[in-house]
Amino acid sequence: MANNSFFDEMTGAVGAGAYGESQLRDAYSTVGPWLAGMSHRQISAKLKEAETLFRRMGITFLVYGGGEGAERLIPFDIIPRVLTVAEWAMIESGCLQRVRALNAFLWDIYHDQEIIAAGRIPREDVFLNARYRPEMIGIDVPGKTYIHIAGIDLVRTGEQEFYVLEDNLRNPSGVSYMLENREVMMRLFPKLFVENKVAPVSDYPENLLRNLQALAPPGVSRPTVALLTPGIYNSAYFEHVFLADEMGIELVEGQDLFVADDLVFMRTTHGPMRIDVIYRRINDEYLDPLAFEPGSILGVPGLLSVYRAGGVTLANAVGTGVADDKAIYRYVPDMIRFYLGEEPVLANVLTYALGDTEDRAYVLDHLAELVVKEVGGAGGYGMLVGPAASADEIEAYRLRILDDPANFIAQPTLALSTCPTFTDAGIAPRHVDLRPFVLSGLTQTVVPGGLTRVALKEGSLVVNTSQGGGTKDTWVLSDQGYTP
Amino acid sequence: MTVVLSRSADHLYWMARQMERADNTARILEASYRMSLLPLGQGLDEDSGSEWDAVLQITLDNADFHDRFSEVNADTVIRFMTLDPKNPSSIYSITHAARENARAERIALTTEMWEALNSTWLEISAMTPARLASRGYQNFFDWIKERSHLFRGTADATMLRDERYHFLRLGTSIERADNTARILDVKYHILLPDGADVGSAIDYMQWGAFLRALSAYRIYHHEYKEPIKPIHVADLMIFKDYFPRSLHNCLNDVLNLLALIGGPRGEEAQRKAGELHALLHYGTIKSVFAEGLHEFITDFIARNTAVGNEIQAAYLLPERG
Repeated sequence: MANNSFFDEMTGAVGAGAYGESQLRDAYSTVGPWLAGMSHRQISAKLKEAETLFRRMGITFLVYGGGEGAERLIPFDIIPRVLTVAEWAMIESGCLQRVRALNAFLWDIYHDQEIIAAGRIPREDVFLNARYRPEMIGIDVPGKTYIHIAGIDLVRTGEQEFYVLEDNLRNPSGVSYMLENREVMMRLFPKLFVENKVAPVSDYPENLLRNLQALAPPGVSRPTVALLTPGIYNSAYFEHVFLADEMGIELVEGQDLFVADDLVFMRTTHGPMRIDVIYRRINDEYLDPLAFEPGSILGVPGLLSVYRAGGVTLANAVGTGVADDKAIYRYVPDMIRFYLGEEPVLANVLTYALGDTEDRAYVLDHLAELVVKEVGGAGGYGMLVGPAASADEIEAYRLRILDDPANFIAQPTLALSTCPTFTDAGIAPRHVDLRPFVLSGLTQTVVPGGLTRVALKEGSLVVNTSQGGGTKDTWVLSDQGYTP
Repeated sequence: MTVVLSRSADHLYWMARQMERADNTARILEASYRMSLLPLGQGLDEDSGSEWDAVLQITLDNADFHDRFSEVNADTVIRFMTLDPKNPSSIYSITHAARENARAERIALTTEMWEALNSTWLEISAMTPARLASRGYQNFFDWIKERSHLFRGTADATMLRDERYHFLRLGTSIERADNTARILDVKYHILLPDGADVGSAIDYMQWGAFLRALSAYRIYHHEYKEPIKPIHVADLMIFKDYFPRSLHNCLNDVLNLLALIGGPRGEEAQRKAGELHALLHYGTIKSVFAEGLHEFITDFIARNTAVGNEIQAAYLLPERG
């Protein structure tokens, strides 16, 4: 590893290895002693119990390309990640600010395009972006809301240093793990929740439902909401099932829906029934074979034209992908200044655009120190982690970059904070990130906590669940004055 | 009222049909297996071939059996009908289909139901013909029936009483009516009075095996209190609505469930089911024997299928049926 000093969230120690008789930060003042009071065997037993619960709940994860047996449990770590109310206040306001600016950006680029006229973002970065949807120009989405659900990926490098790694504005997933992790922890350690006033997260589905209902097409008094899933072979299918169930809405596939008289209907046992709001977990490209991918069997023919005419609300809106693109990412702090007149609460990670000659020269000289990602990539697939890569891997990646430089960005390898994590060798620090979920619509809220992903391999900085990462329950302590 | 997607109802309805079919397939095999163990059991009836030919005749898709197996006997037919993944009518294929329907419908299933179906499939997919033979065919048939009971039992004990449940039960009843009729049809030759054979010991043993496979041996004796007679056996299977596998009982259920589901879309299904039910409600076994048992059953199966087609068109996914 190039960098060997990491901020540990339990001890505050920098560069610590194993946990000894170290000091505890405030956040861990009760979790620390609780942890110290448990033996390896006790923790193992609790972990087994947790796995049984997850299996019973059916919370599994489908790994792409893994064949039929590829239905897995996401590894769960039973040591919670704890945030103080002060830390949370910053994260919360930073995420809200960011989503407000990104939403304003989306409205702008599909309407007056002021930010481009002002020269703050080059026009080609928006209009030549593959995820920019000209079909959305001039369309007024209900409540001017594009981003009903956002997942903002954060990393921490020090006591006060939080960075936004990326914005997920299309179909951010993982919220079911956040909810189920909490459910399992409360079953396993009820006493711990009595001692620590942990801000609850369980109202997330209800908040989501209320927001979705509030943004139904005008004139609909009792909106029918459905969750549109690509189906059982999607990696996040269990999350779709879970959320639909929690919200008490129908879980539909494209084949269940059809368009007639400029409205969308679902096929029920008693005939067609109108759908007013679709929480779609299908990407834009597959929504409507008449408008996008002609071969898509996941979508609904004619859906886009109903949507554009205002006959149905889609969440998130069509065309949000342009705003969470890794090439647009570097303009977000400027968007915050431009639309809100505020300074960003949360900083961006320094980002090099390889389409830029100067940036490219620097990056190609420093591949071994940097993380390089595809502009449209996700899930940790297709990225290069310089410090962890072999010379051959770096050279192979270099050729990919040279083939289409504008398709890549690079960032410095961040010294991600660590949290105490249960491993075969005992409790040890492992790197984590954080994905808080921001809901917009009737009101704008961030559910206190979010999904903490943890890189279970010693020294690894890749936390993606598709790459063997695990998750933790994430606590915001509310006895320190937090009021949701 | 709960809204139920047609696709969702379709999955539940077919899942139930498939589990019921697996159950009845085990019963057909069991009846034949019991008969084949009787002295002179095999190839007794020259006209209809062996018991095992008869089993192949009632399966929907047996076309490639003779390409893959050189002989028709207990081992080959049982292998073909239980663990053969290439046979779409095998218990292997049917339980896999049921499990896939369940997987697509997990949101509507309780954990108990899912586990009942999933573990059935997992166990079958791990089974080999050699292990099945060493376990004993009869044990395997009993196990399949148990799994089917478990499926219906968990549904009964854990499912919400909404329309999804009605469609699930509708699937069971339509399929059971069809299967009981088919079992009767394949055995009708042994039920018909045929000169010299009447009342012979062999007939008696065959009828006994047949009743046992349908869990009806004791019911028969309680009810008729006399040695097994074909006309009573057919009467029990067709008309006696207190016998749960009888056509009459199945149609009682179908009619009730269709009334519960209701709606203008289901009128034709209700009418057809009502007509068929009337036949069982007011008919007599004497007139059936007078007109021909085989003809009666053939007609019943066609009309029961028509009810199923109406249900499919009215409520479910029309293209699946």
